[in-house]
Amino acid sequence: MVKRLAVGLLLVGLVAGLAQGAVTIMVLWSGAELEAFQKVTAAFQAKTGIAVRVESVGRELPGILATRVAAGNPPDLAAMPNPGQMAEFVARGALIPVGGIVDLTQFPKAFVDLATVDGKVYGIFISADLKSLVWYNPDALYAEGLAPAHTWNELIYITQKLAARGKTPWAVGLESGAASGWPGTDWIEDIMLRTAGPELYDQWVNHEIPWTHPAVKRAFELFGAIVRNEAYVYGGTTGALSINFGDSPAVLWDKPPGAYLHRQATFIKSFIAGAHPELDLDRDVAFFVFPPIDPKWGTPLLGAGDLISAFRDTAEVRSFLQYLASPEAQGIWCGALGKLATNVNVDPGIYPDKLTAEAAEILKGAEIFRFDASDLMPAAVGAGAFWKGVLDYVSGVPLDRVLADIEAAARAAYGP
Amino acid sequence: MNMGRVHWLYLAPALLMLGLFLIYPTAETVRLSFYGPRSDVFVGFQNYVQAFTSQPMLIAFRNNLLWLVVFTLFTVGMGLLLAVLLDRVRYETVIKSVIFLPMAISYVAAGVIWRFMYTFRPAVAPQIGLLNAIVVAVGGNPIGWLIERPWVNNLALIAVGVWVWTGFCMVILSAAYKGIPREMLEAARIDGANEWQLFLHVTIPFLKSTLAVVTTTMIVFVLKVFDIVYVMTNGAYDTDVIANRMYNEMFYFHNYGLASAIAVILFLAIIPFLVINVRRFRAQEAVR
Repeated sequence: MVKRLAVGLLLVGLVAGLAQGAVTIMVLWSGAELEAFQKVTAAFQAKTGIAVRVESVGRELPGILATRVAAGNPPDLAAMPNPGQMAEFVARGALIPVGGIVDLTQFPKAFVDLATVDGKVYGIFISADLKSLVWYNPDALYAEGLAPAHTWNELIYITQKLAARGKTPWAVGLESGAASGWPGTDWIEDIMLRTAGPELYDQWVNHEIPWTHPAVKRAFELFGAIVRNEAYVYGGTTGALSINFGDSPAVLWDKPPGAYLHRQATFIKSFIAGAHPELDLDRDVAFFVFPPIDPKWGTPLLGAGDLISAFRDTAEVRSFLQYLASPEAQGIWCGALGKLATNVNVDPGIYPDKLTAEAAEILKGAEIFRFDASDLMPAAVGAGAFWKGVLDYVSGVPLDRVLADIEAAARAAYGP
Repeated sequence: MNMGRVHWLYLAPALLMLGLFLIYPTAETVRLSFYGPRSDVFVGFQNYVQAFTSQPMLIAFRNNLLWLVVFTLFTVGMGLLLAVLLDRVRYETVIKSVIFLPMAISYVAAGVIWRFMYTFRPAVAPQIGLLNAIVVAVGGNPIGWLIERPWVNNLALIAVGVWVWTGFCMVILSAAYKGIPREMLEAARIDGANEWQLFLHVTIPFLKSTLAVVTTTMIVFVLKVFDIVYVMTNGAYDTDVIANRMYNEMFYFHNYGLASAIAVILFLAIIPFLVINVRRFRAQEAVR
């Protein structure tokens, strides 16, 4: 009897849910990010009465999503791992264009372009991360009589000066489970933008220049000049390869400091705060923009973002997409996490601390902005050979062989 | 009633399941292996050519071979040694239970546990990995167990597999060992055979068929080894294996053609060992 009642209630609930309309969204977020996203969906439900079922599948999202799409059973919406994979789903005819649904004029053109395939827009960026930042501990750096670098030469000067005093200049962490190597790809992309310029960078992303091109080689070499130097990196190359990206910056605030500089995106702030809860983020933690190398190209910015695409075109999905794009939703999401909003109408007052507001300001003023190249390349290169190549290079494999290996993978992945 | 038809009726449900869950997926995988990444263009043997010539695949083949030799040798060898030696120990069951225990742990968990064992921290920091803590305590420099190629990291991964599977080999071999008639061993002893001769000329021949079954089981396992490598290195630093390659090509790189081709190669590589296993099993049944 009780069982029957329960089944009955369940059915009633299900029918009620269907009548009111509901959407499902698959995301890779967990922990604080998932909590923040649930705040967004709760606000949406309070406003429209449409329930949102959030399926959090973690890091395995690309695999699970691809399987569900292939089986003809995708969620209504999903967070895309990157624009490259979004384009792959577009090629399979799985995604719906969002151009007629969301007012795209509220976003900077760079972010709209990134979600465009063959002239149609297939996703919206609900937030962004700025990657071209070098973090430091002001007390420690100034105690050495050094200051933030504005040029590459100054950066190398700081590095050499610290090493000469027997201190370790850089904290680098390339370990990230199955995704190990990605922090190194960010370094190389930042350097590539500064030494080769945005046009060659785009050609590199599209494999219009080979990986053995001198510009790519130079970017690897400049990266290697710092990270492959045993004296420049905390724990040497084995340390850089073994230490998790999230744990790596913590040593900057140890006493005495294990290292002085750390190149990483805006999101690393939460890892620093987690490792050192005693820090006052506005006072003890600071960053400067990864300095320009070739003056010709100035200071371009590298970034990434959270991209949402839709698999089904229903009234509820449209309504949810419009809400996610709104300043209100981005205020909740970015306010809770310290991510940078993409909607230009978002009030800077939402940011939880000075650092994030500062990063948002830098992003807004960007003359040249480029998306993380490895996220734009086909996964076999951007999430495969490139990551592995960075690990191989740092662990001592000759650069020519590393680049030839990536080039071979790229030839197969991009097709003729 | 025609009995010849009736037995098909009884078999039908089983055949249907077999067809649906075994034969159809196999045929489909073979078909996909001749198509491109999105399964839309016929490419002939191109995926197979890539599988046998690309650098990452060659490394995966080499590593699977290394696993095949080292892993099988150690699991079966140590399993046999423990089975024979522990037979003479008073607390045999307790020790055997402890050695068997890792079998109860999933490979993913084993991988995570051993990642902690192998953790590297710079010499200036306190070591949090057991092995490097020992190395540093005796005055050495911490070692990047999962990074130093080609031997240290591959053997470190194989050691995890050995840790998990030795207990299984030991238990099976121990059961067979206890089946050796005591009179036979006694008779040999009275005839003046020493323990080594006993082991070589009585124990081994008697355990031969069990050893063969255990060895082929280990080989089948080792050919499809995946979890440990995926969790611990994901194939970085030349530690990749065939099954991990297949997983990455399928689920991360969306290259269904190449992934299917690798699956077919793996399938074909395992078949001979399955045949051996089944033949042995049949022969044993026939003796009974």
